[in-house]
Amino acid sequence: MTTPKPQVGLFVTCLVDFFRPTVGFSAVKLLEDAGCEVSVPAAQTCCGQPAYNSGDRAGARALAEQVIALFETFDHVVVPSGSCAGMIKVHYPDLFSGEPGWRLRAERLAAKTHELTSFLVDVLGVAPLPVSWEGTATYHDSCSGLRELGVKAQPRRLLSAVDGLAIKEMRDPEACCGFGGTFCVKYDEISNAIVDRKTADIKSTGVDLLLSGDLGCLLNMAGKLKREGSRVEVRHVAEVLAGMATGPAIGEKTK
Amino acid sequence: MSGGLSSASFPKNAHAALANPPLLKAIAHIEETLVSGRRRAVDALPEFEALRDAGRDIKAHTLAHLDLYLEAFEKKVVEAGGFVHWAADAAEASRIVLDICQAAGARRVTKGKSMITEEVGLNAFLEANGITPVETDLGEYIIQLRGETPSHIIAPAVHVNKEQVAADFRRVHTKLDPLRNLEEPTSLLAEARGVLRERFLTADVGITGANFLVAETGSTVIVTNEGNGDLTQILPKTHIVLASIEKVVPTLEDVATIMRLLARSATGQEMSVYTTLSTGPRRAGDPDGPEAFHVVLLDNGRSAMLGTEFEDMLRCIRCGACINHCPVYRSVGGHAYGSVYPGPMGSVLTPSLQGLEKAAHLANASTLCGRCESVCPMRIPLPKMLRHWREKEFERHLTPKKARFGLAAWRFLAARPRLYGAVTRMAAWSLARLAGKDGALKQLPLASGWTRWRDLPAPEGGTFRTEWAKRGRK
Amino acid sequence: MMSSRDAILGRIRRSLGTSEKDAPRLAAVRHRLAETPVNVVPARGQLPDAERVELFIRKAGEVFATVARLGSRDDIPAAVSEYLRDRNLPQAIRRGADARLANLPWEREAQLAVTVGPSAGQDLAGLSHADAGVAETGTVVLTSGADNPTTLNFLPDHHIVVVDTSTVTGDYETVWAGLRRRFGAGTMPRTVNLVTGPSRSADIEETLLLGAHGPRSLHILVVG
Ligand code: SF4
Repeated sequence: MTTPKPQVGLFVTCLVDFFRPTVGFSAVKLLEDAGCEVSVPAAQTCCGQPAYNSGDRAGARALAEQVIALFETFDHVVVPSGSCAGMIKVHYPDLFSGEPGWRLRAERLAAKTHELTSFLVDVLGVAPLPVSWEGTATYHDSCSGLRELGVKAQPRRLLSAVDGLAIKEMRDPEACCGFGGTFCVKYDEISNAIVDRKTADIKSTGVDLLLSGDLGCLLNMAGKLKREGSRVEVRHVAEVLAGMATGPAIGEKTK
Repeated sequence: MSGGLSSASFPKNAHAALANPPLLKAIAHIEETLVSGRRRAVDALPEFEALRDAGRDIKAHTLAHLDLYLEAFEKKVVEAGGFVHWAADAAEASRIVLDICQAAGARRVTKGKSMITEEVGLNAFLEANGITPVETDLGEYIIQLRGETPSHIIAPAVHVNKEQVAADFRRVHTKLDPLRNLEEPTSLLAEARGVLRERFLTADVGITGANFLVAETGSTVIVTNEGNGDLTQILPKTHIVLASIEKVVPTLEDVATIMRLLARSATGQEMSVYTTLSTGPRRAGDPDGPEAFHVVLLDNGRSAMLGTEFEDMLRCIRCGACINHCPVYRSVGGHAYGSVYPGPMGSVLTPSLQGLEKAAHLANASTLCGRCESVCPMRIPLPKMLRHWREKEFERHLTPKKARFGLAAWRFLAARPRLYGAVTRMAAWSLARLAGKDGALKQLPLASGWTRWRDLPAPEGGTFRTEWAKRGRK
Repeated sequence: MMSSRDAILGRIRRSLGTSEKDAPRLAAVRHRLAETPVNVVPARGQLPDAERVELFIRKAGEVFATVARLGSRDDIPAAVSEYLRDRNLPQAIRRGADARLANLPWEREAQLAVTVGPSAGQDLAGLSHADAGVAETGTVVLTSGADNPTTLNFLPDHHIVVVDTSTVTGDYETVWAGLRRRFGAGTMPRTVNLVTGPSRSADIEETLLLGAHGPRSLHILVVG
């Protein structure tokens, strides 16, 4: 008797949807190779984090209801982003305090929602795919994934199996990159000072590749590195793990 | 850069700070000293995380019984021969201190480092009333000479370099030999020690803050490294302690627990050099110590925080760890916040002290990266409280119009998946076209906040959901 | 008009949604103050006697105190004299009237001028007797009293402190228990000083300097 395949709903996130579909396809590949049946509900948009972090609780709540209704039927919900996964996992239940019905639904969804790499390692416990990437890389721990969800060892564990890839840590991989959602445009000058320290740390490692699990941070760091004329490639960790790091890196020229 | 900046002009203050290389160099130093020091101290104590839980629980218990512990503390102070005064706000606290000083016929008072006296603006008030306050903590002393306010709660002069200190000493210390070499920190310290020694010995009243008030014994506790707090409180005839109500803890055991967290979190020391418990005035037969002992308990908005979403903030022990680890503070320093309390803890406290209208920037000027909470010894959920302030702003329509409009538009769109799909598809396609082969945009009028500093990586072209549908997938 | 005291306490009670007559709260407070429960105590200091003293000495060294071990109390005068000589200091020491320091063979150090009483700021070196040492952090505990002036702990440039090995505890909690035994529960001497190393400051460019306002050096004589 074979156990039925786990039904996974992929919450692709608005940034991946808009900027970098490759991350979404990489996530699908990783999940399918791990034996999951992956669906992408077409009506998904945004998890509501921008509204939530701007103090617009009602707005965040409305989008949360939409996400809950769309995803609550899956066995698992997987998100290739620590901050959007954190929004669902940590903050959704908070949005419905005093409404037992909705709160329960939010908690149920929270319990089965996972950031991509932690889902692969902690929930599925899969063996990494036999992929290779020649060169050295450094890994940036995105804040929400790290501090809300404890994502730290999982991506490194998966990367350690990538053939030819050597990880060289930054001095402070846990330092914020300065993205912070709308912060990066509202307080752009400060955001710049923060990402400036981050790229200095990245460059001092001398690696070829910067990886992370959150596209917001990656766009920020890639944009800064490009502006500085750096040749460090920037990619979402899923691209490398899925063996799909073949097209142009983030912000890179197309051939 | 001096104090006197306002929270309302935070972006302007930040801009000035970012154009001040000596300031930035000074702040950058925090990494090797306070931040790595904390790391080492924490790693060397296996019980650190358990102590954090215990510290949080002690404070939570105390806050839930705050009225009773304050009464118990008061009773003990009186039993020991001291006086307790209650001040509802800053003005009343200053008034009480002035009255005590005047009754003691004081002309000159020495002060130990105390953020509460900064909060109530005590120095200016005493000066206006003919009493000279002398700050004795080296950092505070330097700040006072410069007419500034502290830029950090633990390292008040962290933004000043040694050349500036030398210049200040030459300006103010009139007896200083012009030929004396003041190039090195050691000679600066020796100079300050000499000048302040005389001040200690001639002060009429000594004013300190308190790190703890112990309900069990009526003791006030100060924690310092220099010993200035002790000289302030044992030499003059009168010792005044000005402390806020949430400093009370039940017992000596509770002091011990939080003590183990305080220095490690603040400076990376396992224990500060001097932890001193003072209980009442000198006893019969004592050869030294103050003859009168007063404790002024300050509320200043704290009782109103109890029972609200900001109650947890009252657990704060003013260690400064959240400040040292904050990427925003590390970019702009303390003065930019325009408040006595900078960094994350300040951004939570300042709106209650100054009013949300004036301090609205502070809660927003954060990436919510959460590092503050991850190092806070009292496990205060600082990001959550910053978000609470943002919610209050939004409720009260203090959020800037442009941001409100943007949020409303996003919400409108995101709630309509089909329209959202069409709009994002169009936008992604246009941006990708605009970038062409470059893969990134150097500038984009609507996103100038972004492109002023960094390129905007271009979208790949199609959105994920269109590409997914193209492959006939669900 | 309502006093600020009543206003503040009233506001606290309103915010907490309680009254001063709330019996369970009163009981909780009374219990905690009477029982003084111990929270988390680091394992670090929980050692057999000899190792505890070793830890105390090591920790004191880490915070830049210097330490000398003496076999007997009678060695104290010579140790004080030697310390002063090594530092090129005048042979003069000021101490409290404490019997533990008074009843020592000071006459053996003929050169040494011993004066008794609080410091007015002119003394280069002061001698105190600690009530306890805390191994956990290399801390000495000094209490004030008729025979133990607090000024001696802070005004002299050099502070020499005697610690009896039998009083070296693993943790602060044991010190509190000792204070309660000696002075009565809930009662304290005017001043209790926990001193961990010599005075220091890092206020100028975060450079660590010893000897800010208090003693530049702390020398501990561990007896026994
Ligand atoms: S909020 Fe926490 S980390 Fe910040 S000063 Fe207070 S106790 Fe320290």
